[in-house]
Amino acid sequence: MSCSRIEKQMMPYVDGRLKLSEQQQMEAHLAACAACRVRVNEFRAVSGLLDELPQIEPSGAFDARVRALVAAEPVKQSWWAVFAPSPRAAFAASLLLLATIWIGSRPSNMNMTNGGVNGTTAQSIDPNDLPVLENYDILANFEPLTELPQPVQGDEPDDSDNNQSM
Amino acid sequence: MARSDVQLMLDVKAGDEQSFALLLQRYRSPLVNFLYRMVRNREQAEDLAQEVFIRVYRARAEYVPSAKFTTWLFRIATNLALNSLRDTRHQRMDISLDAPLSADAESGDERTLDVADKHPDIEQHLVEEARKAMIKHAIDKLPEKQRAAVLLHKYQELDYGEIAKILSCSESALKSLLFRAYETLRVELAPLVTGAK
Repeated sequence: MSCSRIEKQMMPYVDGRLKLSEQQQMEAHLAACAACRVRVNEFRAVSGLLDELPQIEPSGAFDARVRALVAAEPVKQSWWAVFAPSPRAAFAASLLLLATIWIGSRPSNMNMTNGGVNGTTAQSIDPNDLPVLENYDILANFEPLTELPQPVQGDEPDDSDNNQSM
Repeated sequence: MARSDVQLMLDVKAGDEQSFALLLQRYRSPLVNFLYRMVRNREQAEDLAQEVFIRVYRARAEYVPSAKFTTWLFRIATNLALNSLRDTRHQRMDISLDAPLSADAESGDERTLDVADKHPDIEQHLVEEARKAMIKHAIDKLPEKQRAAVLLHKYQELDYGEIAKILSCSESALKSLLFRAYETLRVELAPLVTGAK
């Protein structure tokens, strides 16, 4: 094997990182080539010299500066995080939902009463039950309403009963 | 049992700031030393090392452990160092081998040669300082990529595959790079090498 072909294997050989077969090839070459033998020895010497350089220590403020830079970094949120519910929003939404369910399930006299005023059973309702009495006279004397067909008589007692029971 | 670098980085990704502090503690000294030997200026080396850590932190959300953490870390550091050297090339001055030992002032070890002969070992000390300055100068004179290869190989003890990835070259190219670097160092340090054998 020529010297030029052995060059790339020289540092791995010095490091002891060659495969066994490659190492045997290298040693066979070195046994026959004085120049490469000298070179390998001098590479080892250079490696030893590089060990003599002292390590430096980062300055005392280094960590603090990195931490300050990290703390100054803006909080990064993914695009999907917009849809992630925050605890406060979730709590508020839960309260709103509960309130809606509670209001929806409540017995509603007022709705039925208002429906009676606006519906066809207006004349069968006791005016005293109406919450807004100031409009009753206007409605009672409102001519277009008198032209409306009379309600079916059979339904009235049921409605009245319902209203009274409620 | 100590958590691996990859595990720490995954914990940072999950929002654990303490894991980032552990990575900082683990790699601040190797990074600052590597960068100091690359850019030859302590203050600049620390600034670059801080930049490396910030880039790691910023990239935490996208971190995928596809390679060794050190490969990623030193790749960022090497790229920053090479860019910095290119940016400041016009500002740098070559240091003469004949320069006084105080040329190493940037390391904080500024000394003068005309010290009174108070200590019997002062001569030995100066010889050692001159020897270190010569080694340091020999490394500084290497082309940037060869220097990075030697520093990663010698001081970080990374394997050839890792260094090749950091320097964006093949393993074969890296071995050639190291051979050429050591050939240059062998010549530059001939007075010390022949004495060391």
